Amino acid sequence: MNDLIARALDAADRLGAGYADIRVVERSNEQLTVKNGQLEAATSNQSAGFGIRVLVNGAWGFSASAVLEPAEADRIAREAVEIARASGLAQKGPIELDDTPPVTDTYRTPYREDPFAVSLDDKLRILMEADAAMARVPGVAIREGSVVAGREVKTFASTTGARIDQEIVESGGGIEATAVNESEMQQRSYPSSFGGQVVTGGFEAVRALDLAEHAQETAELAVALLDAPQCPAGEMDLILDSTQVALQIHESCGHPTELDRVFGTEASFAGTSFLTTDKLGSLRYGSEHVSIDADATAPGGLGTFGYDDEGVPAQNVPLVENGVLVGYLTSRETAPQIGRRSMGSARAWTWSHIPLIRMTNINLRPGNAGSLEDLIADTREGIFMSINKSWSIDDRRLNFQFGDQAGWLIRNGKRTQLVKNPTYTGITPEFWGSCDAICGPDEWTLWGLPNCGKGEPMQLGHVGHGAAPARFRGVKVGVGRW
Amino acid sequence: MVATLSDLDELLDRALAHSTAQHAEALVLAQDLALTRFATNRIHQNVREHDATLQVRVIDKHRIGVASTNKLDEAGIRDVVQRANAIAERSAPNERAAILPEPDGRTYDPDLGYVSRTADADPELRAIGARAVIAAGEAKGLQSSGSFSTSVMTIAVANSLGVRAKHRSTKAALLTVMMDGFASGAASGYAHAGSTDVEELDAEALGVEAATKGDRMRGAGDLEPGDYEVILEEYAVAGLLEYLSYIGFSGLAHEEGRSFMDLGKRLMGENVSIWDDGQDPAGLPAPIDFEGVVRRRVDLVEAGVAKSVVHDAATGSRAGTGSTGHGLPAPNLLGPMALNLFMAPGSTPRDELVSGVKRGVWVTRFHYINPVHPKKAILTGMTKDGTFLIEDGRVSRPLMNFRFTQSIPEAFSDVRAAGDQTRVLPGEFFGAARVPALHLGSFNFTGVTATEGGE
Repeated sequence: MNDLIARALDAADRLGAGYADIRVVERSNEQLTVKNGQLEAATSNQSAGFGIRVLVNGAWGFSASAVLEPAEADRIAREAVEIARASGLAQKGPIELDDTPPVTDTYRTPYREDPFAVSLDDKLRILMEADAAMARVPGVAIREGSVVAGREVKTFASTTGARIDQEIVESGGGIEATAVNESEMQQRSYPSSFGGQVVTGGFEAVRALDLAEHAQETAELAVALLDAPQCPAGEMDLILDSTQVALQIHESCGHPTELDRVFGTEASFAGTSFLTTDKLGSLRYGSEHVSIDADATAPGGLGTFGYDDEGVPAQNVPLVENGVLVGYLTSRETAPQIGRRSMGSARAWTWSHIPLIRMTNINLRPGNAGSLEDLIADTREGIFMSINKSWSIDDRRLNFQFGDQAGWLIRNGKRTQLVKNPTYTGITPEFWGSCDAICGPDEWTLWGLPNCGKGEPMQLGHVGHGAAPARFRGVKVGVGRW
Repeated sequence: MVATLSDLDELLDRALAHSTAQHAEALVLAQDLALTRFATNRIHQNVREHDATLQVRVIDKHRIGVASTNKLDEAGIRDVVQRANAIAERSAPNERAAILPEPDGRTYDPDLGYVSRTADADPELRAIGARAVIAAGEAKGLQSSGSFSTSVMTIAVANSLGVRAKHRSTKAALLTVMMDGFASGAASGYAHAGSTDVEELDAEALGVEAATKGDRMRGAGDLEPGDYEVILEEYAVAGLLEYLSYIGFSGLAHEEGRSFMDLGKRLMGENVSIWDDGQDPAGLPAPIDFEGVVRRRVDLVEAGVAKSVVHDAATGSRAGTGSTGHGLPAPNLLGPMALNLFMAPGSTPRDELVSGVKRGVWVTRFHYINPVHPKKAILTGMTKDGTFLIEDGRVSRPLMNFRFTQSIPEAFSDVRAAGDQTRVLPGEFFGAARVPALHLGSFNFTGVTATEGGE
């Protein structure tokens, strides 16, 4: 590998690149899925390759190959330089990177139990026990559970002398019950939807979920939702569980603080951002209760690493401080444009993709509203919604609409009637401005979100969101015709 | 790296030869993708990737194991088969899923949709195309963003029951969003085209289309959300169809009662017919699926009636229909997928659709569509890049973007007219659709975007 790296960087330099970097990446994934008592999927996937990124006369070029041979490094470096020269045909001025110093270092995700060393039998037993518990509930049509493991071994090197070796290990799992009748399909997941919880860490995180212990109540709620009344429409006080707060952060704070999006470079796919740089330091993004950090150092977060894919060390920086916009997610290209150095959030999905600005762990700091039950007790009338099932937000990250799996009406400080198909909608700064209470540290969970899409060709991103249940006043709920 | 179709045969043979299981399937997916991306009137990302993955599925006593690798030397091939075998040996039997397709004798063109000049397109060609788009935007004072991609996709499948299929195709796609800045209420326009032949993409014409639309969007005003007649351009129709396919056209979703497709029941207006056909060169063809089955045309909605769903080998076996050639790579938790969608055109000249609208909304495209209730096919999303008020049969003024929350079969139950032309559009996430523009009697807009961003 060292020869390949040296050949690639030498070739890029020789062919006229003012800057070049290379990432050599090997990624392994295993997934086990049990559905209705049968092993539906058991997979072991491996992908390896390298990508070379060059700046030639201030214009970007990138090429990537799965053939890990030194001669291929020459070819791919040459191709990247040719592409960069073509980029120069439509260039406004030279791209300049910040002055992040090159680093030589290693980083490994800390873990206790290697998820790839856990036997298939052991994983299968965990999923089958959860499946059996769900199967005991009459009326469940589909029972599903999965565990995942990921390992990414990557080396980053640059013509400025950086050399960083990292090993990122991920583990996760979850279950879901689906109940169906003629007109309804209702689902309940544990601990969250779309695969459950995923962390950087070992299989101990999956064991801690105790899927079987939560399986029966998960299935019972899916069935109960079939006959629950429809969520009422109107304006009311809304309490979100921590999983939904996590997705609210993702869509309405994480994405709009990506500085490449702010500068318009995602306009043709995912959109732009209302958080334009003229608002930095002055925009009231939310109430004084709302403080949000981008923390790539948080233990166990799915957005936790040692260095980003430009060789910038992981950092914890504030994005929103007591309701005021104070920061962005940045890269080495974008940060200097607001007079800063990159805070290290440029990451690529695989060896074949370029680094884009991606969320790290975007965390809402816990508040002082105590437990979820304390918060409900403090709410005279409203609705509590739990676990996401639908999401959509406009291209500037202002108008959003979310749907959750379950809602409960709140009357006189008590959780009462279960309602189905709860939805809510709002405008980002108004919504966060209506946040008047956030539960305390004991309710705070760092959720992993493994399916964040961005860029063309589209890349997936693994990101994290720390959140506790929170209350929002006067929110429009029950959207649409049912 | 896999270089030719004949190399694929050898690769498949070597993979199958290593398997000791009762049955085995080898699938090779090779991609050579180049994409030039531009924003704020300059190229800011410009990439190329070469990759090929071998996936092996083994089935032994109804136990299934699947493994993949992109290391395609002898050691890599041996390792991936061993990993698949090891998983199968330790797995629990699953009779309902342990099904491979058998050869059905149907033929297809292995080069259908392959155009060598697309495969050979160089970065200068894409840069010149991007520059033409940018120039059209600059002529109207707009900032252009977009992407121009060219790619070759090769698929090869063989299994121990005798299936052997391979196909290569090319795709060229050019899209642009043009804006007059990023402030609230900024004007924006859009154009998008896809073809197997890069020479069929007229960058200048697409630039003019987006620039004209963006220019007309300046000064967008408010309109109360509510039910309105709508003209949906082809972009908007294709976006809705892609999501209908995702939530409802799958045999697995139907089998599990999750789909809105109540077969035999009228779901939409008599003038609505939707089908899937991977062999039709009028789309972006893909004549075989990921199990090596030759794709059949499947009539999904015929004259408004839900007629069929698509199947892979497993769901087709359980449904008694056999595979329709819509399998995804194993193990397939999503179920089969309709990826080559068509919607029947009407008889109204496209430019005359608007004349039938007394008061309504013109929608160029939708953004961030997602299902709210799959069983009722209720989707939500935002309008984008060209939303206008229609009054007395004419476009009168630009509007701020709306959020919709709408059952699509309900909306398609009142198709007042369909354009007499269709347009083929690459999917946002997968596949492609060839669709007309539509005039719908009612569409439920449930919100409007903010005019200000929290000042």
